[in-house]
Amino acid sequence: MSQLAASGVGFLLVLSVLGIFAARRASGSRLIYAACAAVCAGLAGAALLRLLAPAAGLESVEIPVGLPLGRTFLGLDALSAAFAVIINLAASIVSGYAIGYAARAREPQRVVPFYPAFIAGMNLVLLAQDAFSFLVGWELMSLASWALVVSEHRSPENRRAALVYLIMASGGALTLLLAFGLLAGPEGGYSFEAIRRLRAPGVGPIVLLLALLGAGSKAGLVPLHAWLPLAHPAAPSHVSALMSGVMTKVAVYGFVRLVFDLAGAPAWWWSVPVLLIAAITALLGVLYALMEHDLKRLLAYHTVENIGIIFIGLGLALAFEASGLRAAAALAFAAAIFHVFNHSLFKSLLFMGSGAVLNATGERDMEHLGGLIRRMPVTAVAFLAGCIAISALPPFNGFVSEWLTFQAILLSPQLPQWVPRLLVPAVGATLACSAALAAACFVKAFGMSFLGRPRTVAASSAAETDRFSQIAMLSLALLCLLAGILPGFVLDSLGAVTQLAVGAKLAPQSAQAWLRIVPIDIHRSAYSGLFVFVMILLAAAATAFVVRRVASHALRRSPAWDCGFPDASPATQYTAGSFAQPIRRVFGSVVFRAREQVTLPKPGDTAVARLQVELRDTVWDALYAPIIRLVAATAERLNRMQFLTIRNYLTLVFAALVALLIIVGTWR
Amino acid sequence: MSPLDSDIAHLLAGSMVLLSFLLLYQDRMFALLNVFAFHAFALAGSVAWQAFEQRAPHLFITALIALLFKGVVIPVALRRIVVRLGIHRTIDTVVSIGPTMLFGIALVGLSIVVMLPVTQAEGAFVREDLAFALSVVLLGFLMMVTRRNAVSQVIGFMSLENGLVLAASGARGMPLVVEISVGFSVLIAFIVIGIFLFRIRERFDTVDLQALDMSRGES
Repeated sequence: MSQLAASGVGFLLVLSVLGIFAARRASGSRLIYAACAAVCAGLAGAALLRLLAPAAGLESVEIPVGLPLGRTFLGLDALSAAFAVIINLAASIVSGYAIGYAARAREPQRVVPFYPAFIAGMNLVLLAQDAFSFLVGWELMSLASWALVVSEHRSPENRRAALVYLIMASGGALTLLLAFGLLAGPEGGYSFEAIRRLRAPGVGPIVLLLALLGAGSKAGLVPLHAWLPLAHPAAPSHVSALMSGVMTKVAVYGFVRLVFDLAGAPAWWWSVPVLLIAAITALLGVLYALMEHDLKRLLAYHTVENIGIIFIGLGLALAFEASGLRAAAALAFAAAIFHVFNHSLFKSLLFMGSGAVLNATGERDMEHLGGLIRRMPVTAVAFLAGCIAISALPPFNGFVSEWLTFQAILLSPQLPQWVPRLLVPAVGATLACSAALAAACFVKAFGMSFLGRPRTVAASSAAETDRFSQIAMLSLALLCLLAGILPGFVLDSLGAVTQLAVGAKLAPQSAQAWLRIVPIDIHRSAYSGLFVFVMILLAAAATAFVVRRVASHALRRSPAWDCGFPDASPATQYTAGSFAQPIRRVFGSVVFRAREQVTLPKPGDTAVARLQVELRDTVWDALYAPIIRLVAATAERLNRMQFLTIRNYLTLVFAALVALLIIVGTWR
Repeated sequence: MSPLDSDIAHLLAGSMVLLSFLLLYQDRMFALLNVFAFHAFALAGSVAWQAFEQRAPHLFITALIALLFKGVVIPVALRRIVVRLGIHRTIDTVVSIGPTMLFGIALVGLSIVVMLPVTQAEGAFVREDLAFALSVVLLGFLMMVTRRNAVSQVIGFMSLENGLVLAASGARGMPLVVEISVGFSVLIAFIVIGIFLFRIRERFDTVDLQALDMSRGES
């Protein structure tokens, strides 16, 4: 399997080179995307076989290139296999969507060559069994996705997004480099096997911190999320889907690999920073999303929220594992990985839906959309499925993983330390709050975009997207539903992963009656997705039946002031801004320092009334703006160095040399 | 190694340091070129002695290269350049000679302080040789920094390179290929710099590098 997976990565890299030539014609890019879809499907299949194989050891492929002191080891263990399934499944379907996109691409040569390289980089990170190839894959992923972000480089907004992204990505890679350097110890054994054997003492907390910084900046943990809502929407929609739905998962993998696998046994307090940051991330992410009216940026902010949910699960797993509650740790960890899987499905789906909308109308702003359900029924249905799933409503998959996370939270009274015992219920309340706000946010997203009447000409003249994209979106929607109805199978296949990460696995779930899942004990809690699904279907059918039978079919004439629509203008509809206003009133003054200003003209004056809302990004103002000012001031000072004479430069070099020699001479 | 052998090696390497100081002291162009030729002779002698000591015949080739190119060809060529440019006047220094010499002495002290503890594992012979070599490198650098005239900067660069060769030959020699390539690179650097000298003169009527700065609108 490992050989197969490694050759798949090689094949993707070849495709990337071929893409340079193939991108000249639409048919060529279609072919590249189709090949990507096939390779990713193959990789997902291979990884799934590896994941389900009973008790297979790690077989690694050795590649005789790499650092001068070592070779590259590639291989799939249970953890990387699970993530490889998640990533390649989503990537395969997104590539299928991209086949349809290829015909409409404006500058395909800026996208097609980097797309396979991006997927190859992500796969290389997962396959890596040594720090060197991990970091090479990580950088390949970052740089290829950066190139994709700047592919629409003509707008200054995108260029700024790409710059911020590049800075954050290089900073993240630097912290990971440091983490691996610490783990490898003074001997410098950079293969994961050597790191596990060494178990360098005392580095655990620092590695945790570095992993939170490095992997967290890629995943989008607050306050390192600043680049994410800029960069993800800037790329073409299928790339946004990959970056948001898939690349953030690679970051989660990096964190899990570093903290759960390589850093050694955790102490209980490791969970405290993780849980705190995760809860803040979940809440702030969804609040940002609620204030946002740009469809793709809204989705990007929701990625931040979902990463928070995933990290809540991981933090719980750390707390339970450190206290020896292995079964509870397995539950929390499985919930987190399940949510990783779910988020990769529905976030890709939602981004593809927003891409279809963007393509049909040229609009990303919800205030300019509306009524698309009639013009784009298939996209609307698929998008609705994604909205239900991300809002954690049964019977879709989002509900299951969040429910499992709550089950793990409810086990927190078993923890021996009082800090997490107090913290975890608070985190649970935050999670519940953000889940509710997420549902509100997606009511807004779907309602404003697809329901009501078209607010612009572009929205009223939209056409349904192409066949490939429809199939891709519908298949993801179907997968969301299936994972929600049959969660037992997903949980069972994660057994080997939890065994590797926290040393225990959940009881087998797929053998339970009625396809239900019983995470802890049948007397405590159980959930059957199928049962809920059937009940929802029955209730819906009964309601439809009753409405049809009981409601009158007679022709009615309505008065002019009907339902608050006295004016036929679409501008009188409820808007996204008005939908978000109550929540902005509650949270905005603290979190966003929101200011509202109403200017009313005097009686008799015919000037327009104005409502001005000012929102500020507190994280940016408090954290990033001072850093930017500092860097700018330093650069201003150093600018003088650029215009010295040759002799002055030589003097500088000479002075540096002498200073270093003095240090060497006086050090001991 | 008998004490006499090591004394001879020290004599030759030490004479290079002394000649570096002489280079720093010179304020006439022709004298500077002559001292540089002596510097190269001392290098050739030192390398040849190392070749004899280490029974390493390829070091003789290095010595020969040093003797021919740095001892004869480059000084002669530079002398012709100086004559054609007509710049055998006083050398413009940035820092006056006295402080430069004092600073040079401090540099020699520094290189001994640095080198002796670092190379504790090696024999005394290699250690002191390396300390001398580092002094020569630093003094060459100092010369490049404190001279304004392009020709004397070239001389500083060449003497710096002599120090590198001295260090390499002391540490059991470097591969012949590297030696020859270093030799050629120096030659090419010399040619390029020579051409530049003429170009600078054509443009500015002087080889004082201050003129370059002025043309950039500075100083």
